[in-house]
Amino acid sequence: MNRADLQTMAQREQEKQARFQCRLLCCASTPCLSSGGAAVQQALQDAIKESEASAEVAVVSTGCMGPCSRGPVVTVQVQGEDDVYYENVTPETARQIVADHALAGQPVQEKLLPSDLPFFAKQTKVVLSNSGLIDPERLEDYVARGGYLALAYALREMTPEEVCVEISQSGLRGRGGAGYPTGLKWDLVRKAPSDKKYVVANGDEGDPGAYMDRTLMESDPHRVLEGMAIAGYAVGAEQGFIYVRGEYPVAAKRLERAIRAAERRGLLGSRVLDSSFSFRIDIRIGAGAFVCGEETALMASIMGRRGQPVPRPPYPAQSGLWGHPTLINNVETFGNIVPIIEHGAQWYAGIGTEKSKGTKIFALAGKVENTGLIEVPMGITLREIVFDIGGGIPDGREFKAAQTGGPSGGCIPPQFLDTKVDYESLKALGSIMGSGGLIVMDDQSCMPDVAKFFMEFCMDESCGKCVPCRVGTVQMYRILQRITDGSATLQDLENLEDLCTMVRETSLCGLGQSAPNPVLSTLKYFRNEYEDHIERRTCEAGVCEMTEVPVMALVEELPRRIRAAA
Amino acid sequence: MAVITVTINDELVSGRTGQSLLELVRERGIDLPTLCHLDGLEERGGCRLCMVEVGATNRLAAACVTPAQEGMVIYTHSERLVRYRRMILELLFAERNHVCAVCVMNGRCELQREAYTIGMDHVRYDYLTPDLPMDASHERFVIDHNRCILCTRCVRVCDSVEGAHTWDVMGRGVNCRVITDLHQPWGSSRSCTSCGKCVQVCPTGALHAKGSSVAEMVKHHDFLQWILDGREKKQWATRNGDPVEGGR
Amino acid sequence: MTQSKSENPKKTAGGKKGQGSTQKVRLATVWLGGCSGCHMSFLDLDERLIDLAAAVDLVYSPIADVKTFPEDVDVVLVEGAVANVDHLELAEQLRERSKIVVSFGDCAVTGNVTSLRNKIPVDDLLTKVYHEGPGAVPRGGETDKVVPALIPRVLPLHQVIPVDAFIPGCPPDPERIWTAVSALLAGEPVVLEDRMRKFG
Repeated sequence: MNRADLQTMAQREQEKQARFQCRLLCCASTPCLSSGGAAVQQALQDAIKESEASAEVAVVSTGCMGPCSRGPVVTVQVQGEDDVYYENVTPETARQIVADHALAGQPVQEKLLPSDLPFFAKQTKVVLSNSGLIDPERLEDYVARGGYLALAYALREMTPEEVCVEISQSGLRGRGGAGYPTGLKWDLVRKAPSDKKYVVANGDEGDPGAYMDRTLMESDPHRVLEGMAIAGYAVGAEQGFIYVRGEYPVAAKRLERAIRAAERRGLLGSRVLDSSFSFRIDIRIGAGAFVCGEETALMASIMGRRGQPVPRPPYPAQSGLWGHPTLINNVETFGNIVPIIEHGAQWYAGIGTEKSKGTKIFALAGKVENTGLIEVPMGITLREIVFDIGGGIPDGREFKAAQTGGPSGGCIPPQFLDTKVDYESLKALGSIMGSGGLIVMDDQSCMPDVAKFFMEFCMDESCGKCVPCRVGTVQMYRILQRITDGSATLQDLENLEDLCTMVRETSLCGLGQSAPNPVLSTLKYFRNEYEDHIERRTCEAGVCEMTEVPVMALVEELPRRIRAAA
Repeated sequence: MAVITVTINDELVSGRTGQSLLELVRERGIDLPTLCHLDGLEERGGCRLCMVEVGATNRLAAACVTPAQEGMVIYTHSERLVRYRRMILELLFAERNHVCAVCVMNGRCELQREAYTIGMDHVRYDYLTPDLPMDASHERFVIDHNRCILCTRCVRVCDSVEGAHTWDVMGRGVNCRVITDLHQPWGSSRSCTSCGKCVQVCPTGALHAKGSSVAEMVKHHDFLQWILDGREKKQWATRNGDPVEGGR
Repeated sequence: MTQSKSENPKKTAGGKKGQGSTQKVRLATVWLGGCSGCHMSFLDLDERLIDLAAAVDLVYSPIADVKTFPEDVDVVLVEGAVANVDHLELAEQLRERSKIVVSFGDCAVTGNVTSLRNKIPVDDLLTKVYHEGPGAVPRGGETDKVVPALIPRVLPLHQVIPVDAFIPGCPPDPERIWTAVSALLAGEPVVLEDRMRKFG
């Protein structure tokens, strides 16, 4: 296949889609599937069949549309009209949608989502521009929306160096959390002398509550593949690996299909798009270790070794997979490549703030009206995310904190709601951008309890290689447990703070280095809660039961317990 | 090899490219504590005792896995470093059941020595007291997980020097355990050559000779350098049964 | 002279007693959950005990017949780990009534052999020893009336009360003890050299 064939394919598919008077887009991403999306899709199909309307109305199984808490979500596209969204669709509503809306032009009012909902209006879809609009299992759908043209353009019109320059000028930074300039990394790998190089997409997304990468892989797998292929061309690699978290079977399946389809059409594999560039992509499935999201551990896992980090330097760009220069980027980072090549670095750099360009996908969760997946321009304020897009805190409760960055991040209190969301501002607040988890908490959340939750996560996920992380996280967890069960002393608080600094500064990899962050940031902004737990043995939020006593109080407590048991 | 200059504790020191900071520091006679490092084995960078302050930012780096570079400025014994080292040792003592009084290595244990050298006279953290087994199924050796600090010297010496790779690590976090042959009893291991290298390199009483009682176990590390030197000089190389040049 | 707990870990026994005072140092030794080996080692000070006797009043000790822990103790050496509520009470009391509390020996410092029971839940332990063990079940049947209630986990002394100095060893040999005690009597902080800090 060459560029002309690609355009023919796109045209044919566009014509085919235009023949339908109405298209019913039914989300088949994990959140909607888990709330009954498959039955809804079946009901839509049955209803169309029964009405003998298969020629006019089509059902398309798509990726994520965003408002995941309102799933299953269905979008109705009628030619010449704006898209209409339905929420909480049941099989019954599905039949009604077909009968009333698709065939009679009368929208079903009760399940309608207002199209001017701030949830949609405040978003900027760059990476997710296809998500929810195309069938992720059909290459033609992707091509019809301009897919693989960016790769074709790069291969024909740009040198690898020019691609790296373009990415550098766009200002794109790594979306895995640390925010390293992507173009710079590409250029390092490009310049590294070696006859063999690798490109790796990190899809081992493990932060609790985060599912940006999963959604992208499930909703638009070809975009990730195309981004990786462009990267392969830019750095001089012929082999790519996409490391998919083991808990993401749907993503892995769709990627597998996408790779096969692309290889069959000559969009991947040898002589891509009839050029001299060859690029294969293989999938590697993780086995449930959070630490494999760390790049050196991930590479060890790809090579079939125990998933444990190794000290850097050497960095993967110098010596990665099997000792060869290796480019590792997050899945979302690769999702940004196609739009940059398509619209140019200048366009991309026009979105966002001075140091953080483009958009960022967040998984908005917790105590907000609208939870779901959102893509917003860098520099948007937290307030806009929580109160406009998220629709505020339910049940008239108070906003208490926003947790970003998962177990490596921190909690941001209300006084910083107007902070612009970008790498630097979040770091200055003691949190991090992270991969994009954003959990909103109201006054019913207890901060030491939140810190304990994340510490337990880090403790369970520590690989065990270095002492500070392996044992330090356990000790910190046990102190937090004492604080939340009422048996802590002020000495515990002092030890906790000492441990936090030591573990942060001495751990081998990012997991340990950032494990104390949730504790440090809650201590910074909510220290009074810790002190209340210890000195007054009370939990204002009403979360902790405080059933234990400090050791000295056992003198009275133990005989009492023994009597109660007898 | 090019000569480089590094500043260690405000003193200019010359070294060679390719040297680690640990080598350079020890060449100067400065005592930097280590537990996972052992001359002759590949570095691991896991115990974090040899961390030093590097550069103007005072970033910490494990000396064993950090290559010395021209112009580096490092400090090896700042107040912060000593404090952290002591904390790390306390964490190790709290992790498993290191009851020195009833240990075969009492008096010769590297963990014990690092602790009293640095001034650790008590442990501020919770003793985790895990319920861990011993495996005495091997005819000559015993592994006592209660004393293991997961330095993986046994894993590394078995893999890279003996070439058997009997030892490996299973589990994660504090639940890590060194295992023989995919977690089979040591005595039933078919890959183990019973060479005893793992026992000799073990810094604590985790690996010891069967039958040794409290404070009786003595270990020797010098065999390692002797084997590695001999191999490099092809001391034991033969052709058709006859010694070849370099051999004896 | 009252001093709040552990504000200054380098408190000294001589402290503020008038320089010319002939008053002897009030020394106590306490035996919590341990084997008494540390006290045996203490007695192994041999002829130095005579010097000691000249310098101190032994106001409370397992080797002296005193029922309650007295007030105004200058130095107390505590052998053994904290294993039950009686130990807790005594620990609290001795902290309040003493200027300098010293963890004396590995059990007090680390929990040591006494803490080997920490892997076993207390109820299982009592059942095993008192109900299934050899000999008759103690009269009264309820073990908490026969033995003081065991706390869930044996703890080193410093995890219960603030401790001012540590003498590790199982037992600490007489040299170690003498080094520490002489320092304490001279009103100096306890500084043990490397090998004297060795556990075990």
